[in-house]
Amino acid sequence: MTDSKYFTTTKKGEIFELKAELNSDKKEKKKEAVKKVIASMTVGKDVSALFPDVVNCMQTDNLELKKLVYLYLMNYAKSQPDMAIMAVNTFVKDCEDPNPLIRALAVRTMGCIRVDKITEYLCEPLRKCLKDEDPYVRKTAAVCVAKLHDINAQLVEDQGFLDTLKDLISDSNPMVVANAVAALSEIAESHPNSNLLDLNPQSINKLLTALNECTEWGQIFILDCLANYTPRDDRESQSICERVTPRLSHANSAVVLSAVKVLMKFMEMLPKDLDYYGTLLKKLAPPLVTLLSAEPELQYVALRNINLIVQKRPEILKHEMKVFFVKYNDPIYVKLEKLDIMIRLASQANIAQVLAELKEYATEVDVDFVRKAVRAIGRCAIKVEQSAERCVSTLLDLIQTKVNYVVQEAIVVIKDIFRKYPNKYESVIATLCENLDSLDEPEARAAMIWIVGEYAERIDNADELLESFLEGFHDESTQVQLQLLTAIVKLFLKKPTETQELVQQVLSLATQDSDNPDLRDRGYIYWRLLSTDPVAAKEVVLAEKPLISEETDLIEPTLLEELICHIGTLASVYHKPPSAFVEGSRGVMHKRLPARTGSGEGTECPDVGNAAGGSAPEAAPSIIPSQGDLLGDLLNLDLAPPTTTGPTPSTSGMQMGGMDLLGGGLESLVGTLGGDIGGSPAMGAGFGAAPAVMPASLNAPVGGGLGDLFDLGGGVGMPMGAYIPPKTVWLPAMKAKGLEISGTFARRAGVIQMELVLTNKAMSVMTDFAIQFNRNSFGLAPAGPLQVLTPLGPNQTIEVSLPLSTVGPVMKMDPLNNLQVAVKNNIDVFYFSCQYPISMLFVEDGKMERQVFLATWKDIPNDNESQFQIQDCHLNSEAASNKLQGSNIFTIAKRTVEGQDMLYMSIKLSNGIWVLAELKVQAGNPNYTVIELPASEIAAQINASEFKQQTDLNINCSEETVN
Amino acid sequence: MIGGLFIYNHKGEVLISRVYRDDIGRNAVDAFRVNVIHARQQVRSPVTNIARTSFFHVKRSNIWLAAVTKQNVNAAMVFEFLYKMCDVMTAYFGKISEENIKNNFVLIYELLDEILDFGYPQNSETGALKTFITQTGIKSQSKEEQSQITSQVTGQIGWRREGIKYRRNELFLDVLESVNLLMSPQGQVLSAHVSGRVVMKSYLSGMPECKFGMNDKIVIDKQGKGGASEEAAAGKSDLGGSGGGGGKQSIAIDDCTFHQCVRLSKFDAERSISFIPPDGECELMRYRTTKDIILPFRVIPLVREVGRTKLEVKVVIKSNFKPSLLAQKIEVRIPTPLNTSGVQVICMKGKAKYKASENAIVWKIKRMAGMKESQISAEIELLPTNDKKKWARPPISMNFEVPFAPSGLKVRYLKVFEPKLNYSDHDVIKWVRYIGRSGIYETRC
Repeated sequence: MTDSKYFTTTKKGEIFELKAELNSDKKEKKKEAVKKVIASMTVGKDVSALFPDVVNCMQTDNLELKKLVYLYLMNYAKSQPDMAIMAVNTFVKDCEDPNPLIRALAVRTMGCIRVDKITEYLCEPLRKCLKDEDPYVRKTAAVCVAKLHDINAQLVEDQGFLDTLKDLISDSNPMVVANAVAALSEIAESHPNSNLLDLNPQSINKLLTALNECTEWGQIFILDCLANYTPRDDRESQSICERVTPRLSHANSAVVLSAVKVLMKFMEMLPKDLDYYGTLLKKLAPPLVTLLSAEPELQYVALRNINLIVQKRPEILKHEMKVFFVKYNDPIYVKLEKLDIMIRLASQANIAQVLAELKEYATEVDVDFVRKAVRAIGRCAIKVEQSAERCVSTLLDLIQTKVNYVVQEAIVVIKDIFRKYPNKYESVIATLCENLDSLDEPEARAAMIWIVGEYAERIDNADELLESFLEGFHDESTQVQLQLLTAIVKLFLKKPTETQELVQQVLSLATQDSDNPDLRDRGYIYWRLLSTDPVAAKEVVLAEKPLISEETDLIEPTLLEELICHIGTLASVYHKPPSAFVEGSRGVMHKRLPARTGSGEGTECPDVGNAAGGSAPEAAPSIIPSQGDLLGDLLNLDLAPPTTTGPTPSTSGMQMGGMDLLGGGLESLVGTLGGDIGGSPAMGAGFGAAPAVMPASLNAPVGGGLGDLFDLGGGVGMPMGAYIPPKTVWLPAMKAKGLEISGTFARRAGVIQMELVLTNKAMSVMTDFAIQFNRNSFGLAPAGPLQVLTPLGPNQTIEVSLPLSTVGPVMKMDPLNNLQVAVKNNIDVFYFSCQYPISMLFVEDGKMERQVFLATWKDIPNDNESQFQIQDCHLNSEAASNKLQGSNIFTIAKRTVEGQDMLYMSIKLSNGIWVLAELKVQAGNPNYTVIELPASEIAAQINASEFKQQTDLNINCSEETVN
Repeated sequence: MIGGLFIYNHKGEVLISRVYRDDIGRNAVDAFRVNVIHARQQVRSPVTNIARTSFFHVKRSNIWLAAVTKQNVNAAMVFEFLYKMCDVMTAYFGKISEENIKNNFVLIYELLDEILDFGYPQNSETGALKTFITQTGIKSQSKEEQSQITSQVTGQIGWRREGIKYRRNELFLDVLESVNLLMSPQGQVLSAHVSGRVVMKSYLSGMPECKFGMNDKIVIDKQGKGGASEEAAAGKSDLGGSGGGGGKQSIAIDDCTFHQCVRLSKFDAERSISFIPPDGECELMRYRTTKDIILPFRVIPLVREVGRTKLEVKVVIKSNFKPSLLAQKIEVRIPTPLNTSGVQVICMKGKAKYKASENAIVWKIKRMAGMKESQISAEIELLPTNDKKKWARPPISMNFEVPFAPSGLKVRYLKVFEPKLNYSDHDVIKWVRYIGRSGIYETRC
């Protein structure tokens, strides 16, 4: 009774024979024939011609035969839709069969046939099966809803199957619950915004109960679904964690990993000082270690996930270094992953052991593994300073083996060690030079050339060495060419007398004979530098280099957070967000870790508390999600062509970021404004809608700032001092290798201050901060260095106030108040742009003489005038005047005409430009009007941007340049 | 979820192909063959992404099993499912080989239809499956039988059917441990751990409630405080094991995982292991320990390079357990360099042979009692080579089997309650056996 014979029918006329057999009267013969058909189908032969004959066999009591026919149907129905209809009757009849196994089989198979006409007939039987008395039929029907949704989503909604599916979550049978959860989760994924799963404490409780009772697979569905839930507070979070922890002892690794995912996510919400938090951390380590005794494929999945977990919460596994030691017989993919984790866990405490291991690995067979091991030794040296010396001597030992790729790899990492610890290990250079000839990989050659150039003064024959590379200059890769060019220029600057010829040779090679623009440009720059100002050249080329960071290949924090939400899934294996490898709408939704509920570490919250009063903290959280969305958008940007048209692709993301954030910030501020001033919901709504439109104009922040000037008035009586906008994130951590910068501008006692909050979200310490501005419209420049005296440790935050002067170089920016900033630290240089409120530039001596004001007012041409309304500002003219004076907007005169107060005001900008304004206030009418008369182009821009947002305050504003 | 499942032979010919999702086309079958099975280089990852389609594969002897998907599926679940699939197939027709798969392809399709629905794994317990998926075609079932099947497949106790009867109620417990060691040439333990399994074979009537107890440190300590409890009394019963290492009272278990029949929430709360076992064999529990491991053997290597063409190797093994116990199937594998031309071996006990094809001297000893010592010495002659790279000196590995649990684990009791039937715990015949095997037991030289 072996079936293998069916695989061997390769005769001609086979189809014809089969047809005859299928129509045979003998049951046994029929069955044999169907088996042959299925075997042919499996190996890829086209047996669709037999469709009617096979379908004819469907009417049978023999379940085995029936299943075979169904299998055939599922494969070919799509190509023969008309014929497939023949099968419908049997399906419908089978759905009524007294045997639950047959009912389930029919509904299961019918869902797999993607033919519209059949789908229509499926609805009624499916509805019955969803309410079947037998749980086996119900659990099959639950999955069938997902199948139907995949074919025709609209139909499923119209027929109300989704509600029935939701009801099944409360089913008495755990497997029905599990399948319903799986089906709903899948359907919800394609409707990211629907509230389909509607997770609430009650439904969560049901799921947690079912979790204890269902099969291992069901537990995975439920845990994966739970991971999408965000508990309301830390207490709920803890109680869910408590009920999920027992799953860590399940024999099925997928159950364990899914439980780990839920715990890692919900732990975010627990306060760190809670005892339970510590207990949970301790409970996580053993199951993760146990995963490493599973089969190798699962070990691989586990290791990829542990790699993420170690980056997110290094404390969990810090004592478990030994379990990641590589075993001789581990498959290569397990070995490479273990090595990665070993380096992440390396610390002063275990470095001796780690090094001994790495040394062993460097003698193994697999080339990739050996290379990685050598590289790892270098990384240990950079990470743990105490071990640097031992690492270097280990590397030297390895170089002595003369194994080509080991030597090359070692030289590449020694270069990094030199950069990290300058003037410490240069004694080994001689050994390195001995191996010059054996280097054939560009990276190693470039590293060696760098070393020779950098230490040219200590290497007697540096010129000879470099010259030897020069011979085959055009055959080298660009990397090597660039490095060689720089190295020879360095050498020349150090030993000008002997190497003039050499440097001329390389410069002409780079500039005249090369097609590579990078190389050519660098060549020209050096050439000019050397010919115009050799001293400057020395300063530029031999400048002190920034130190390199300890961790180089950390996953960027926001991506890491997203991946933590995907523990156990393919995304965590690839270390890529699902959108990077999943087509269509699925997986586009970005998952985020929940925010901690305690207000303890609200560094991201803008500091609006003082300015806007009590309602600000409630408004603040709305900013955080918008930040998250933004980051999500940025991630998308990588995959889709950017749609914004920023000045350069690299900054467009950032600018968009600035806008979005400010949009969000504005919205929340407006909320407080409305609340403070008199609870006018109409205005809140009006403003609230604004950000949606505004991103088109980059003026939004300015408008927001000025709007806030008026907001101040809503507060108590006599506000003093200028308005300070809330802090916004200028440089998100993901853009800057973990450094997050947020900040704002303020004018205090006549000095413009840039108030920065630096947060280190990376895992290494940051030092050596410095700041620089690009030229800007008002000549803003730092008045002193950035005062960050202590190194910034991981997760530390520091607030710095940087005084600014307005004597820097001027260049007109668009928008006018745009400021491009570069911040440097030991890791890299980062660029961002931010926009400062114009009001910051209003100087204290902006009160114009009355006569001068009158004369000037008349002189300004009419077409410079612009007029705006500021709505819903419940201030009388006096309060408004006081308020504005706080921001250096001075009232020169006031007159009352027909119940309207007219305020005449002057503003002086830091660059001496005057702005004049008229403010009309009508008693009882909360609307103000502004009129302005710009005299210059710059002023026009200011006005246009400034007053756009101001509704109702009627300021008549004119200006002129007074020099 | 899983979009499709393919089984290939070593040549890359498809034996089974079952597609569950519309997004997986027939070309996926070929993509895997071309990019993985026929790939020039050895596969570097069990997960491969080809043209936005992800392939998960495992290999059993010559057979490739591949699961395919285009979505962000739970990767751990997919592999667990593939292993489970192998288990189920093995339970039905034995070894997974090309011949067996071809012989049973109809059955495999039937199984795949049952245990994977639209790519979602369903109940895959062999015990349950065998009641309604049979190789002999479906038997005509009565209505009661049918509903019994469905309630078992979907029920809370999906792994056991009701109405099982045995004349003699009997159970066998095997404590199977594999002890892993990595030792430095100087005899320093670099890493050592025991991964153990408790395998239970039960032939019990009805739906028996079982409770399993061992010398878990946490439980023992708790009882020490609480005074003599019922369980401590039970501990005196007939199951006290025969430990090899001596008088350890309790052991610290780093972590353990359980068969799905064990009530995990109860273990989490009270650390008691209670369950209704599947009929026949099941792996009740897996555990891992790292503390106070009894290392049954110590290997002391001595390698001396005599000039460029000769190596002298001396290896001493010492057994470290009760003299009354016997270790079996001892095998020591001493790697030799690739350029070995000849080997002379002298050993005190057992047989030693140089196996050129494996680049190793294999020394086999049938039996060895505890607290003994044995030695082998070999002279290895080498061909002179120009190869600059030094010989990597792979570690000396060892295999053995000992009749005790190197972790020190002892079964204290296994109690059986079946309230509905008239047999009590005392009527059940229970057997316990301890086997310690070498896992990766290596000493560097």
